[in-house]
Amino acid sequence: MLIAATIAILVVMIMAIVRGIMGPTLYDRILAVNMFGTKTVLLISLLGFVMGRPEFLDIAIVYALINFISVIGVLHYSDASIFKRSDQQKK
Amino acid sequence: MKDLFAVIMLSGIYGLLSASFFVSMDAVDVAFTEASVGAGISTLLMLVAITMTGRTENPSRHKPLLALAVVIVTGSLLIYGTLDMPYFGSAQAPIHQHVAPRYINDSMQEVGVPNIVTSVLASYRAFDTFGEVVVIFTAGMGVLALLSAVRRPRDVAEIDSFNKSMYEEHLILRIVAKMLIPFILLFALYVQFHGDYGPGGGFQAGVIFAAAIILYAMLFGMNTARRVINQSFIQLFAAIGVLLYGSVGVISLLNGKNFLDYSILSADPIAGQHLGILLIELGVGFTVASVMVIIFFNFAGRRNNQQNKENNDSC
Amino acid sequence: MNISSVLLLLIGSFLCISGGVGILRFPDFYTRMHAVGVTETLATAMILIGLMLQNPDGLVVVKLMIILLMTLFISPTASHALASAAVHNNLMPELDNKEDNKKVKSSNP
Repeated sequence: MLIAATIAILVVMIMAIVRGIMGPTLYDRILAVNMFGTKTVLLISLLGFVMGRPEFLDIAIVYALINFISVIGVLHYSDASIFKRSDQQKK
Repeated sequence: MKDLFAVIMLSGIYGLLSASFFVSMDAVDVAFTEASVGAGISTLLMLVAITMTGRTENPSRHKPLLALAVVIVTGSLLIYGTLDMPYFGSAQAPIHQHVAPRYINDSMQEVGVPNIVTSVLASYRAFDTFGEVVVIFTAGMGVLALLSAVRRPRDVAEIDSFNKSMYEEHLILRIVAKMLIPFILLFALYVQFHGDYGPGGGFQAGVIFAAAIILYAMLFGMNTARRVINQSFIQLFAAIGVLLYGSVGVISLLNGKNFLDYSILSADPIAGQHLGILLIELGVGFTVASVMVIIFFNFAGRRNNQQNKENNDSC
Repeated sequence: MNISSVLLLLIGSFLCISGGVGILRFPDFYTRMHAVGVTETLATAMILIGLMLQNPDGLVVVKLMIILLMTLFISPTASHALASAAVHNNLMPELDNKEDNKKVKSSNP
Protein backbone atom coordinates (compact mmCIF):
# COMPACT_ATOMS: atom_id res chain seq x y z
CA MET A 1 0.00 0.00 0.00
CA LEU A 2 2.87 2.32 0.80
CA ILE A 3 4.33 1.67 -2.63
CA ALA A 4 0.98 2.32 -4.31
CA ALA A 5 0.74 5.67 -2.54
CA THR A 6 4.33 6.49 -3.58
CA ILE A 7 3.52 5.77 -7.21
CA ALA A 8 0.37 7.89 -7.01
CA ILE A 9 2.41 10.80 -5.70
CA LEU A 10 5.02 10.35 -8.42
CA VAL A 11 2.26 10.55 -11.03
CA VAL A 12 0.96 13.75 -9.46
CA MET A 13 4.48 15.18 -9.46
CA ILE A 14 4.76 14.54 -13.19
CA MET A 15 1.45 16.34 -13.70
CA ALA A 16 2.79 19.29 -11.72
CA ILE A 17 5.93 19.43 -13.88
CA VAL A 18 3.81 19.42 -17.03
CA ARG A 19 1.84 22.38 -15.72
CA GLY A 20 5.05 24.11 -14.68
CA ILE A 21 6.44 23.87 -18.20
CA MET A 22 3.16 24.69 -19.97
CA GLY A 23 1.93 27.29 -17.50
CA PRO A 24 0.59 30.23 -19.50
CA THR A 25 0.95 32.70 -16.63
CA LEU A 26 3.63 33.17 -14.03
CA TYR A 27 1.25 32.17 -11.26
CA ASP A 28 0.64 28.78 -12.82
CA ARG A 29 4.34 28.08 -12.63
CA ILE A 30 4.55 29.19 -9.02
CA LEU A 31 1.52 27.07 -8.20
CA ALA A 32 3.12 24.07 -9.90
CA VAL A 33 6.36 24.51 -7.97
CA ASN A 34 4.49 24.88 -4.71
CA MET A 35 2.48 21.74 -5.38
CA PHE A 36 5.63 19.90 -6.42
CA GLY A 37 7.24 20.85 -3.13
CA THR A 38 4.41 19.65 -0.93
CA LYS A 39 4.27 16.42 -2.87
CA THR A 40 8.01 15.99 -2.38
CA VAL A 41 7.48 16.27 1.37
CA LEU A 42 4.95 13.46 1.17
CA LEU A 43 7.16 11.40 -1.16
CA ILE A 44 10.14 11.60 1.15
CA SER A 45 8.16 10.62 4.22
CA LEU A 46 6.61 7.71 2.33
CA LEU A 47 10.01 6.62 1.01
CA GLY A 48 11.33 6.68 4.56
CA PHE A 49 8.69 4.16 5.52
CA VAL A 50 9.12 2.05 2.38
CA MET A 51 12.88 1.78 2.94
CA GLY A 52 12.57 1.45 6.71
CA ARG A 53 14.66 4.51 7.52
CA PRO A 54 12.37 6.99 9.25
CA GLU A 55 15.19 9.51 9.82
CA PHE A 56 14.28 10.75 6.36
CA LEU A 57 11.56 12.72 8.13
CA ASP A 58 14.12 15.39 9.04
CA ILE A 59 14.55 16.06 5.34
CA ALA A 60 10.80 16.24 4.89
CA ILE A 61 10.59 18.93 7.58
CA VAL A 62 13.33 20.93 5.87
CA TYR A 63 11.44 20.65 2.61
CA ALA A 64 8.22 21.92 4.08
CA LEU A 65 10.02 24.95 5.51
CA ILE A 66 12.15 25.68 2.46
CA ASN A 67 9.14 25.37 0.19
CA PHE A 68 7.24 28.01 2.14
CA ILE A 69 10.21 30.35 2.19
CA SER A 70 10.76 29.96 -1.55
CA VAL A 71 7.14 30.68 -2.38
CA ILE A 72 7.22 33.84 -0.29
CA GLY A 73 10.54 34.75 -1.89
CA VAL A 74 9.22 34.20 -5.40
CA LEU A 75 6.18 36.31 -4.69
CA HIS A 76 8.34 39.04 -3.18
CA TYR A 77 11.02 39.24 -5.83
CA SER A 78 9.08 38.83 -9.02
CA ASP A 79 6.81 40.82 -11.25
CA ALA A 80 4.06 39.20 -9.27
CA SER A 81 5.11 41.13 -6.22
CA ILE A 82 2.50 41.29 -3.48
CA PHE A 83 4.25 44.44 -2.35
CA LYS A 84 3.67 46.25 -5.60
CA ARG A 85 0.48 48.04 -4.70
CA SER A 86 1.93 49.79 -1.69
CA ASP A 87 4.84 51.00 -3.84
CA GLN A 88 2.47 52.42 -6.41
CA GLN A 89 0.46 54.19 -3.77
CA LYS A 90 3.61 55.83 -2.47
CA LYS A 91 4.32 57.29 -5.87
CA MET B 1 13.91 29.49 -22.83
CA LYS B 2 14.42 33.23 -22.70
CA ASP B 3 12.40 33.98 -19.58
CA LEU B 4 14.90 33.81 -16.74
CA PHE B 5 12.15 33.66 -14.17
CA ALA B 6 10.75 30.45 -15.63
CA VAL B 7 14.29 29.07 -15.71
CA ILE B 8 14.64 29.72 -11.99
CA MET B 9 11.31 28.06 -11.27
CA LEU B 10 12.33 24.99 -13.26
CA SER B 11 15.75 24.84 -11.60
CA GLY B 12 13.94 24.94 -8.24
CA ILE B 13 11.92 21.93 -9.38
CA TYR B 14 15.16 20.29 -10.47
CA GLY B 15 16.60 20.81 -6.98
CA LEU B 16 13.58 19.16 -5.41
CA LEU B 17 13.77 16.30 -7.90
CA SER B 18 17.48 15.60 -7.46
CA ALA B 19 17.05 15.52 -3.70
CA SER B 20 14.43 12.84 -4.26
CA PHE B 21 17.05 10.87 -6.22
CA PHE B 22 19.48 11.15 -3.34
CA VAL B 23 16.82 10.02 -0.90
CA SER B 24 15.99 6.97 -2.97
CA MET B 25 19.73 6.16 -3.20
CA ASP B 26 19.93 6.29 0.60
CA ALA B 27 22.30 9.30 0.71
CA VAL B 28 20.55 11.12 3.51
CA ASP B 29 23.12 13.83 4.18
CA VAL B 30 23.51 14.74 0.53
CA ALA B 31 19.73 14.93 0.15
CA PHE B 32 19.60 17.18 3.19
CA THR B 33 22.20 19.52 1.73
CA GLU B 34 20.47 19.55 -1.65
CA ALA B 35 17.16 20.33 0.05
CA SER B 36 18.46 23.29 1.97
CA VAL B 37 21.07 24.65 -0.45
CA GLY B 38 20.01 23.59 -3.95
CA ALA B 39 16.28 24.04 -3.66
CA GLY B 40 16.17 26.71 -0.99
CA ILE B 41 18.83 29.30 -0.66
CA SER B 42 20.25 29.26 -4.19
CA THR B 43 16.78 29.78 -5.68
CA LEU B 44 16.27 32.74 -3.38
CA LEU B 45 19.64 34.27 -4.19
CA MET B 46 19.10 33.83 -7.93
CA LEU B 47 15.71 35.52 -7.61
CA VAL B 48 17.26 38.49 -5.86
CA ALA B 49 19.93 38.57 -8.55
CA ILE B 50 17.46 38.75 -11.46
CA THR B 51 15.62 41.62 -9.81
CA MET B 52 18.82 43.58 -10.38
CA THR B 53 19.65 42.30 -13.86
CA GLY B 54 16.24 42.16 -15.52
CA ARG B 55 13.97 39.32 -16.39
CA THR B 56 14.80 38.33 -19.93
CA GLU B 57 17.93 36.94 -21.41
CA ASN B 58 19.81 39.10 -23.90
CA PRO B 59 19.41 37.87 -27.48
CA SER B 60 22.58 35.99 -28.32
CA ARG B 61 24.42 37.21 -31.40
CA HIS B 62 26.12 33.95 -32.31
CA LYS B 63 24.53 30.58 -32.83
CA PRO B 64 25.87 28.20 -30.18
CA LEU B 65 25.99 25.21 -32.53
CA LEU B 66 29.68 24.54 -31.98
CA ALA B 67 29.17 24.54 -28.22
CA LEU B 68 26.25 22.15 -28.62
CA ALA B 69 28.40 19.80 -30.70
CA VAL B 70 31.19 19.89 -28.10
CA VAL B 71 28.71 19.18 -25.31
CA ILE B 72 27.15 16.28 -27.21
CA VAL B 73 30.56 14.74 -28.01
CA THR B 74 31.80 15.12 -24.43
CA GLY B 75 28.58 13.73 -23.06
CA SER B 76 28.62 10.68 -25.28
CA LEU B 77 32.30 10.07 -24.44
CA LEU B 78 31.46 10.24 -20.75
CA ILE B 79 28.57 7.84 -21.20
CA TYR B 80 30.91 5.55 -23.17
CA GLY B 81 33.33 5.75 -20.25
CA THR B 82 30.67 4.61 -17.81
CA LEU B 83 30.38 1.32 -19.73
CA ASP B 84 33.70 0.25 -18.23
CA MET B 85 32.64 1.12 -14.73
CA PRO B 86 31.56 -1.60 -12.28
CA TYR B 87 27.85 -2.11 -11.81
CA PHE B 88 25.97 0.01 -9.32
CA GLY B 89 26.46 -1.45 -5.84
CA SER B 90 29.07 -3.97 -6.99
CA ALA B 91 31.38 -5.09 -4.19
CA GLN B 92 34.37 -5.09 -6.57
CA ALA B 93 34.06 -1.39 -7.34
CA PRO B 94 37.30 0.47 -6.56
CA ILE B 95 35.42 2.87 -4.31
CA HIS B 96 34.59 -0.02 -1.98
CA GLN B 97 38.18 -1.30 -1.87
CA HIS B 98 40.49 1.33 -0.39
CA VAL B 99 39.34 3.61 2.40
CA ALA B 100 35.62 2.89 2.54
CA PRO B 101 35.96 -0.41 4.48
CA ARG B 102 38.18 1.32 6.99
CA TYR B 103 35.64 4.11 7.50
CA ILE B 104 32.81 1.64 7.87
CA ASN B 105 34.62 -0.80 10.17
CA ASP B 106 36.83 1.42 12.29
CA SER B 107 35.13 4.81 12.49
CA MET B 108 33.09 3.70 15.49
CA GLN B 109 36.24 2.87 17.47
CA GLU B 110 38.34 5.74 16.14
CA VAL B 111 35.82 8.56 16.14
CA GLY B 112 32.82 7.19 18.00
CA VAL B 113 30.17 9.04 15.99
CA PRO B 114 27.22 6.96 14.78
CA ASN B 115 26.79 8.94 11.54
CA ILE B 116 29.72 7.86 9.38
CA VAL B 117 29.24 10.77 7.00
CA THR B 118 29.86 13.21 9.81
CA SER B 119 32.95 11.38 10.96
CA VAL B 120 34.38 11.35 7.41
CA LEU B 121 33.47 14.97 6.77
CA ALA B 122 34.55 16.42 10.07
CA SER B 123 37.33 14.13 11.23
CA TYR B 124 39.02 12.07 8.49
CA ARG B 125 38.63 14.74 5.84
CA ALA B 126 38.56 17.75 8.13
CA PHE B 127 41.17 19.57 6.09
CA ASP B 128 38.97 19.42 2.96
CA THR B 129 36.05 20.77 4.91
CA PHE B 130 38.25 23.57 6.19
CA GLY B 131 38.96 24.44 2.57
CA GLU B 132 35.23 24.51 1.81
CA VAL B 133 34.54 26.82 4.71
CA VAL B 134 37.29 29.16 3.58
CA VAL B 135 35.83 29.16 0.06
CA ILE B 136 32.43 30.14 1.42
CA PHE B 137 34.03 32.84 3.55
CA THR B 138 35.91 34.15 0.52
CA ALA B 139 32.68 34.25 -1.49
CA GLY B 140 31.04 36.31 1.22
CA MET B 141 33.97 38.69 1.35
CA GLY B 142 33.90 39.00 -2.45
CA VAL B 143 30.24 39.97 -2.44
CA LEU B 144 30.92 42.40 0.34
CA ALA B 145 33.81 43.99 -1.52
CA LEU B 146 31.95 44.29 -4.84
CA LEU B 147 28.41 45.08 -3.82
CA SER B 148 28.69 46.59 -0.38
CA ALA B 149 25.87 49.11 -0.27
CA VAL B 150 26.55 52.58 1.01
CA ARG B 151 24.81 52.65 4.31
CA ARG B 152 22.32 55.42 4.69
CA PRO B 153 21.26 56.74 8.06
CA ARG B 154 18.34 54.67 9.20
CA ASP B 155 15.10 56.38 8.51
CA VAL B 156 12.80 55.55 11.41
CA ALA B 157 9.79 57.21 9.84
CA GLU B 158 10.22 55.13 6.70
CA ILE B 159 10.33 51.93 8.71
CA ASP B 160 7.19 52.95 10.57
CA SER B 161 5.26 53.73 7.40
CA PHE B 162 6.36 50.44 5.84
CA ASN B 163 5.29 48.59 8.96
CA LYS B 164 1.93 50.31 8.92
CA SER B 165 1.21 49.37 5.31
CA MET B 166 2.37 45.83 5.99
CA TYR B 167 0.09 45.45 8.98
CA GLU B 168 -2.85 46.35 6.85
CA GLU B 169 -1.98 44.23 3.85
CA HIS B 170 -0.08 41.13 4.78
CA LEU B 171 -1.49 40.34 8.16
CA ILE B 172 -1.88 36.62 7.51
CA LEU B 173 1.59 36.15 6.10
CA ARG B 174 3.21 38.08 8.90
CA ILE B 175 1.39 36.25 11.67
CA VAL B 176 2.14 32.84 10.22
CA ALA B 177 5.76 33.82 9.67
CA LYS B 178 6.01 35.09 13.23
CA MET B 179 4.80 31.74 14.47
CA LEU B 180 7.11 29.79 12.18
CA ILE B 181 10.39 31.69 12.56
CA PRO B 182 11.16 30.59 16.16
CA PHE B 183 10.43 27.05 15.14
CA ILE B 184 12.73 27.28 12.12
CA LEU B 185 15.55 28.64 14.27
CA LEU B 186 15.01 25.86 16.80
CA PHE B 187 15.05 23.28 14.04
CA ALA B 188 18.29 24.72 12.71
CA LEU B 189 19.85 24.25 16.14
CA TYR B 190 18.55 20.69 16.23
CA VAL B 191 20.13 19.99 12.85
CA GLN B 192 23.38 21.58 14.02
CA PHE B 193 23.78 19.53 17.18
CA HIS B 194 22.14 16.35 15.97
CA GLY B 195 24.60 15.98 13.10
CA ASP B 196 26.57 13.37 15.02
CA TYR B 197 23.62 11.00 15.19
CA GLY B 198 21.44 11.70 12.17
CA PRO B 199 21.58 13.59 8.90
CA GLY B 200 22.66 17.18 9.26
CA GLY B 201 25.56 19.29 10.38
CA GLY B 202 26.97 22.75 10.18
CA PHE B 203 26.35 23.45 6.49
CA GLN B 204 22.68 22.54 6.53
CA ALA B 205 22.02 24.20 9.87
CA GLY B 206 23.67 27.41 8.75
CA VAL B 207 21.58 27.53 5.60
CA ILE B 208 18.32 26.89 7.47
CA PHE B 209 19.21 29.58 9.99
CA ALA B 210 19.92 32.04 7.19
CA ALA B 211 16.66 31.09 5.46
CA ALA B 212 14.71 32.03 8.59
CA ILE B 213 16.42 35.42 8.70
CA ILE B 214 15.76 35.95 4.98
CA LEU B 215 12.08 35.14 5.52
CA TYR B 216 11.99 37.78 8.25
CA ALA B 217 13.73 40.31 6.04
CA MET B 218 11.31 39.72 3.18
CA LEU B 219 8.15 40.05 5.21
CA PHE B 220 9.15 42.78 7.65
CA GLY B 221 11.34 44.88 5.36
CA MET B 222 15.09 45.22 5.01
CA ASN B 223 15.41 48.11 7.41
CA THR B 224 13.63 46.30 10.21
CA ALA B 225 15.80 43.26 9.62
CA ARG B 226 18.90 45.43 9.75
CA ARG B 227 17.79 46.74 13.11
CA VAL B 228 17.50 43.17 14.38
CA ILE B 229 20.71 41.86 12.83
CA ASN B 230 23.58 44.25 12.82
CA GLN B 231 25.59 43.93 9.63
CA SER B 232 29.02 44.50 11.14
CA PHE B 233 28.13 42.01 13.86
CA ILE B 234 27.33 39.36 11.28
CA GLN B 235 30.53 40.07 9.36
CA LEU B 236 32.40 39.49 12.60
CA PHE B 237 30.59 36.17 13.02
CA ALA B 238 31.61 34.97 9.57
CA ALA B 239 35.22 35.51 10.53
CA ILE B 240 34.76 33.95 13.97
CA GLY B 241 33.51 30.73 12.36
CA VAL B 242 36.63 30.29 10.22
CA LEU B 243 38.81 31.32 13.15
CA LEU B 244 37.18 28.73 15.43
CA TYR B 245 37.74 26.00 12.87
CA GLY B 246 41.35 26.97 12.27
CA SER B 247 42.20 27.42 15.92
CA VAL B 248 41.00 23.91 16.74
CA GLY B 249 43.52 22.71 14.17
CA VAL B 250 46.27 24.92 15.57
CA ILE B 251 45.62 23.70 19.13
CA SER B 252 46.09 20.10 18.09
CA LEU B 253 49.22 21.17 16.17
CA LEU B 254 50.63 22.87 19.26
CA ASN B 255 50.00 19.77 21.33
CA GLY B 256 52.22 17.68 19.11
CA LYS B 257 49.69 16.00 16.83
CA ASN B 258 48.71 16.57 13.22
CA PHE B 259 46.65 19.53 12.11
CA LEU B 260 43.00 18.94 13.07
CA ASP B 261 43.70 15.70 14.95
CA TYR B 262 41.15 16.03 17.72
CA SER B 263 42.27 13.10 19.88
CA ILE B 264 44.49 15.44 21.83
CA LEU B 265 41.71 17.81 22.88
CA SER B 266 40.69 15.64 25.79
CA ALA B 267 42.27 12.90 27.89
CA ASP B 268 40.02 10.31 26.29
CA PRO B 269 40.55 10.24 22.48
CA ILE B 270 36.89 9.53 21.72
CA ALA B 271 35.73 12.41 23.89
CA GLY B 272 38.35 14.57 22.19
CA GLN B 273 36.96 13.60 18.78
CA HIS B 274 33.44 14.47 19.93
CA LEU B 275 34.54 17.84 21.24
CA GLY B 276 36.51 18.61 18.09
CA ILE B 277 33.64 17.69 15.76
CA LEU B 278 31.22 19.77 17.81
CA LEU B 279 33.53 22.79 17.67
CA ILE B 280 34.26 22.67 13.98
CA GLU B 281 30.61 22.06 13.09
CA LEU B 282 29.83 25.15 15.14
CA GLY B 283 32.45 27.07 13.18
CA VAL B 284 30.99 25.85 9.88
CA GLY B 285 27.49 26.80 11.02
CA PHE B 286 28.55 30.32 12.03
CA THR B 287 30.34 30.97 8.77
CA VAL B 288 27.68 29.56 6.45
CA ALA B 289 24.79 31.33 8.16
CA SER B 290 26.61 34.67 8.30
CA VAL B 291 27.84 34.52 4.71
CA MET B 292 24.37 33.67 3.37
CA VAL B 293 22.85 36.56 5.31
CA ILE B 294 25.63 38.89 4.13
CA ILE B 295 25.05 37.95 0.48
CA PHE B 296 21.32 38.39 0.78
CA PHE B 297 21.55 41.71 2.60
CA ASN B 298 23.95 43.14 0.07
CA PHE B 299 21.93 42.00 -2.94
CA ALA B 300 18.61 43.15 -1.53
CA GLY B 301 20.03 46.33 -0.03
CA ARG B 302 21.45 47.31 -3.38
CA ARG B 303 18.08 46.72 -4.98
CA ASN B 304 16.39 48.97 -2.40
CA ASN B 305 18.95 51.68 -3.10
CA GLN B 306 18.30 51.43 -6.84
CA GLN B 307 14.56 51.72 -6.29
CA ASN B 308 14.97 54.74 -4.07
CA LYS B 309 17.16 56.40 -6.66
CA GLU B 310 14.57 55.79 -9.39
CA ASN B 311 11.83 57.15 -7.18
CA ASN B 312 13.85 60.29 -6.48
CA ASP B 313 14.57 60.77 -10.17
CA SER B 314 10.93 60.45 -11.16
CA CYS B 315 9.72 62.85 -8.47
CA MET C 1 -5.17 -0.65 12.89
CA ASN C 2 -3.59 -1.73 9.64
CA ILE C 3 -6.87 -1.59 7.72
CA SER C 4 -7.52 1.98 8.80
CA SER C 5 -4.00 2.94 7.78
CA VAL C 6 -4.44 1.42 4.33
CA LEU C 7 -7.80 3.12 3.97
CA LEU C 8 -6.39 6.52 4.88
CA LEU C 9 -3.46 6.10 2.50
CA LEU C 10 -5.87 5.11 -0.26
CA ILE C 11 -8.08 8.16 0.28
CA GLY C 12 -4.99 10.36 0.41
CA SER C 13 -3.60 9.02 -2.85
CA PHE C 14 -6.98 9.43 -4.53
CA LEU C 15 -7.20 13.04 -3.39
CA CYS C 16 -3.65 13.70 -4.60
CA ILE C 17 -4.42 12.34 -8.03
CA SER C 18 -7.65 14.30 -8.27
CA GLY C 19 -5.67 17.44 -7.44
CA GLY C 20 -3.17 16.52 -10.17
CA VAL C 21 -5.94 16.04 -12.70
CA GLY C 22 -7.36 19.37 -11.59
CA ILE C 23 -4.13 21.26 -12.17
CA LEU C 24 -3.90 19.84 -15.69
CA ARG C 25 -7.49 20.03 -16.83
CA PHE C 26 -9.01 23.15 -15.31
CA PRO C 27 -9.28 26.17 -17.58
CA ASP C 28 -7.78 29.09 -15.70
CA PHE C 29 -5.46 29.92 -12.82
CA TYR C 30 -8.04 30.38 -10.06
CA THR C 31 -9.82 27.10 -10.68
CA ARG C 32 -6.47 25.31 -10.83
CA MET C 33 -5.49 26.84 -7.55
CA HIS C 34 -8.81 25.83 -6.10
CA ALA C 35 -8.23 22.23 -7.14
CA VAL C 36 -4.73 22.13 -5.71
CA GLY C 37 -5.36 24.10 -2.54
CA VAL C 38 -8.42 22.17 -1.48
CA THR C 39 -7.10 18.68 -2.11
CA GLU C 40 -3.58 19.33 -0.91
CA THR C 41 -4.32 19.95 2.75
CA LEU C 42 -6.70 17.04 3.17
CA ALA C 43 -4.56 14.62 1.14
CA THR C 44 -1.44 15.47 3.15
CA ALA C 45 -3.32 15.05 6.40
CA MET C 46 -4.73 11.70 5.29
CA ILE C 47 -1.39 10.30 4.16
CA LEU C 48 0.48 11.50 7.23
CA ILE C 49 -2.14 10.12 9.62
CA GLY C 50 -2.05 6.88 7.65
CA LEU C 51 1.71 6.75 8.20
CA MET C 52 1.25 7.47 11.89
CA LEU C 53 -0.98 4.41 12.17
CA GLN C 54 1.79 2.15 10.81
CA ASN C 55 3.04 1.65 14.38
CA PRO C 56 6.37 3.49 14.28
CA ASP C 57 8.13 4.46 17.50
CA GLY C 58 7.46 7.62 19.45
CA LEU C 59 9.93 10.07 17.92
CA VAL C 60 8.74 9.27 14.41
CA VAL C 61 5.11 9.97 15.36
CA VAL C 62 6.17 13.29 16.85
CA LYS C 63 8.05 14.24 13.68
CA LEU C 64 5.08 13.25 11.52
CA MET C 65 2.86 15.43 13.68
CA ILE C 66 5.29 18.33 13.26
CA ILE C 67 5.12 17.91 9.48
CA LEU C 68 1.34 17.71 9.62
CA LEU C 69 1.03 20.85 11.75
CA MET C 70 3.41 22.75 9.51
CA THR C 71 1.55 21.70 6.40
CA LEU C 72 -1.71 22.83 7.93
CA PHE C 73 -0.17 26.25 8.58
CA ILE C 74 1.93 26.65 5.49
CA SER C 75 -0.19 25.36 2.64
CA PRO C 76 -3.22 27.63 3.14
CA THR C 77 -0.94 30.59 3.77
CA ALA C 78 0.97 30.00 0.56
CA SER C 79 -2.29 29.63 -1.38
CA HIS C 80 -3.56 32.86 0.14
CA ALA C 81 -0.38 34.74 -0.75
CA LEU C 82 -0.42 33.40 -4.31
CA ALA C 83 -4.08 34.25 -4.87
CA SER C 84 -3.76 37.74 -3.43
CA ALA C 85 -0.69 38.38 -5.58
CA ALA C 86 -2.63 37.31 -8.66
CA VAL C 87 -5.57 39.56 -7.75
CA HIS C 88 -3.30 42.55 -7.07
CA ASN C 89 -1.73 42.15 -10.48
CA ASN C 90 -5.08 42.16 -12.28
CA LEU C 91 -5.21 38.55 -13.37
CA MET C 92 -8.88 38.08 -14.15
CA PRO C 93 -10.70 34.76 -13.90
CA GLU C 94 -12.01 33.40 -17.18
CA LEU C 95 -15.75 33.70 -17.35
CA ASP C 96 -18.25 31.40 -18.99
CA ASN C 97 -19.84 34.04 -21.16
CA LYS C 98 -17.50 35.38 -23.85
CA GLU C 99 -19.02 38.87 -23.77
CA ASP C 100 -18.56 39.12 -20.02
CA ASN C 101 -14.92 38.24 -20.54
CA LYS C 102 -14.48 41.13 -22.95
CA LYS C 103 -16.26 43.51 -20.61
CA VAL C 104 -14.00 42.56 -17.71
CA LYS C 105 -10.90 43.01 -19.84
CA SER C 106 -11.96 46.37 -21.20
CA SER C 107 -12.94 47.69 -17.77
CA ASN C 108 -9.48 46.80 -16.51
CA PRO C 109 -6.79 48.94 -18.11
